[in-house]
Amino acid sequence: MRKEIENLQNEIIRISGVNPRKCMRCGKCSGTCPAYDEMEYHPHQFVSMVESGDIEPLLNSKSLYQCLTCFACVDRCPRGVEPAKLIEAVRLAAVRKQGQNHMTANDIPEKLDEDIPQQALVSALRKYSK
Amino acid sequence: MQRIGVFVCWCGSNIAGTVDVQAVSEALKNEPGVVFSTNYQYMCSQAGQELIINSVKEHNLTGIVVCSCSPRMHEATFRKTAAAAGINPYMVEIANIREQCSWIHKDMEIGTEKAIILGKAAIAKVNLNAPLTPGESPVTKRALVIGGGIAGIQTALDIAEAGFPVDIVETKPTIGGKMAQIDKTFPTLDCAACILTPKMVDVAQNDKIRIFSYSEVEDVKGFVGNFDVKIKKKARYVKEDICTGCGVCTEKCPMKKVPNEFNLGMDNRRAIYIPFAQAVPKVATIDPNACNMLKSGKCGLCAKVCTAGAIDYTQKDEIIEEKYGAIVAATGFNPISMDKFDEYAYNQSKDVITSLEFERLTNAAGPTAGKLLRPSDGKHPHKIVFVQCVGSRCESCAEKGKEYCSKICCMYTAKHAMLTRDKYPDTEVYVFYIDVRTPGKAFDEFYRRAVEEYNVHYIKGMVGKISPEGDKLMVRGSDLLNNKQLTIDADLVVLAAAIEPDKSARPLATMLTASMDTNDFFTEAHPKLRPVESPTAGVFLSGACQGPKDIPETVSQASAAAAKVIGLLAKDKLTGNPCVAQANELMCNGCSSCEKVCPYGAITYVDKEFRMPNRTTAIRRVASVNPAVCQGCGACTVACPSGAMDLNGFLNKQIIAEVDAICK
Repeated sequence: MRKEIENLQNEIIRISGVNPRKCMRCGKCSGTCPAYDEMEYHPHQFVSMVESGDIEPLLNSKSLYQCLTCFACVDRCPRGVEPAKLIEAVRLAAVRKQGQNHMTANDIPEKLDEDIPQQALVSALRKYSK
Repeated sequence: MQRIGVFVCWCGSNIAGTVDVQAVSEALKNEPGVVFSTNYQYMCSQAGQELIINSVKEHNLTGIVVCSCSPRMHEATFRKTAAAAGINPYMVEIANIREQCSWIHKDMEIGTEKAIILGKAAIAKVNLNAPLTPGESPVTKRALVIGGGIAGIQTALDIAEAGFPVDIVETKPTIGGKMAQIDKTFPTLDCAACILTPKMVDVAQNDKIRIFSYSEVEDVKGFVGNFDVKIKKKARYVKEDICTGCGVCTEKCPMKKVPNEFNLGMDNRRAIYIPFAQAVPKVATIDPNACNMLKSGKCGLCAKVCTAGAIDYTQKDEIIEEKYGAIVAATGFNPISMDKFDEYAYNQSKDVITSLEFERLTNAAGPTAGKLLRPSDGKHPHKIVFVQCVGSRCESCAEKGKEYCSKICCMYTAKHAMLTRDKYPDTEVYVFYIDVRTPGKAFDEFYRRAVEEYNVHYIKGMVGKISPEGDKLMVRGSDLLNNKQLTIDADLVVLAAAIEPDKSARPLATMLTASMDTNDFFTEAHPKLRPVESPTAGVFLSGACQGPKDIPETVSQASAAAAKVIGLLAKDKLTGNPCVAQANELMCNGCSSCEKVCPYGAITYVDKEFRMPNRTTAIRRVASVNPAVCQGCGACTVACPSGAMDLNGFLNKQIIAEVDAICK
């Protein structure tokens, strides 16, 4: 079990290219995040939870899909930790797991809205399902 | 042929842990010239040194090789030992088998092999060593202090107290520096001006101290004990010795809209000005970029109202040349620019200010006469947010901030917060912090008092974004301990900007050939044991030019630097370094390459008569080294195309012998 978590942790660190140990716990990422109130786990928590190997709750949390990937946290982090990239990597880890899709093609019709460009729908499907 | 003794040091387990010292001393026993070889636990100890002295006598040694730590550590020790044993100190060579061998290798076999090779190289060199005798040079008994802030003031006062003349060079029209701009000082809250200005007056009244204000160091030549310095006294268009500082000119000058740098541009001054009431020297200065008379020849009002007749529009920059025995750098610091921190809206709102601006806003001599008013509308702010670590500990953004901790911000922010709550109890004060760092006497108690007695709200977290909305500043930040994101509608935001060395430090370091770190702070000769000396002999460091410092620490360091200067100036003669360059005149082709690369100006060319074949003579241009100025850097020996330049103690043939020994 421990080995598995370590592998997952290494995988997330590898695909994101982020070194969570550089974090100095200032919280500027969460202070800057426009989606903060929507999220159960906040950007700084992603960083510290990946660092401590507490990844399971993140994989199962809706927070993964509430990150807007606006990169405000990446831009403002004083230590260059890049939390948005780390969240993206955790999201990938979830998506790559069998049966963990956040969205299927059948979910799309009810989300349709005249203002959504088709491109956004295609990219959402690519992002949230295999 | 030399009779060489080899002494291998264990340095406890520092060397013996990764180097087989027994094997090293055995292997070196059979090298050419070696007549004795041994190893010992601590060669630098009293017993170790006695071992060397006895061995010299017993085996009639003429040269010594010590395989030990870096020569920077103990070369001087073992040279003294050699002298005590009756041989020339320059017959000692150190093979560095600690820093360059045992500390960097983990494998005993590799470490031992390398230690043996390093030992062989040192032996090859000693075989070619010759006794050297150092020369002596006189000491000019006068010190130069560059920078007239509290660091420079304290250093100058202490040196003058010991009876030596001191000159202070300050680029601003007055001495006093940053401390003169500060309102109160932590942790005792005495008024900065009340404790600084008496010292400024002491400087002005001390007959050992000369102040060159509105002046810059233009050129430094020479070496420890004998520096030749050119100081540029910028034209202030006012005769310093005649001006009484009455201030009538500064009231009558029609140019009223010149941003006042002393109040960080928050109010205006005239084109002719005295920075502040207690300025030293209390003399007016004309700003040539603002004065109509100097720009277009139309005005001349100040000259008309000056009863002393001190105004002189024709004044020119003046160069003063002076000799000094020691130089102290005290160039200080500045807050960094906030221009690149867009998220804090410093350039969008006048009500986002830096901590130094806050000092001026609360200072009785400041733009608001000490009333805390918003710069935008002059109203009293009811909610103030302080943001710490703005640009400090900022690793990713080298073009914006600084990687280091600025050290003083935690304390001055606690001071600002406490004073605000004390004077204006109707004001809510929030401080966003990453860590509160208060190591210092009575410092943590001070910070706790701000929280417990004055109810300052400390929030663990950082501000992500400040957006002006109407006359409010919406401050969004995280409250990590409560796992919340906060938005505070503040009236005023104060940014604790990181501090950086003054921009004049880098060119000064180049002139002094003093080393600096990547942040442009001066480097000390040893971070623990020689903290106020630069590695360049005769150059000393005082205050924040060496690293971020508060006032108590600056003053201690300033006095420490003064003690070092006094120790130097008290000597009548300095023993030089005999490892200096010399030119072989018969080989020199007069090309001037060495003269161009010499950083100390030690090489000159002379025309000399030489005997030629058939009883004729010829005049040839050849290099000549001044051994008192040469620092033995060796640049000339590399530049010389004909191999005429050689460095005593590091002769070309000695270096080649070392390389040969290593490559064999």
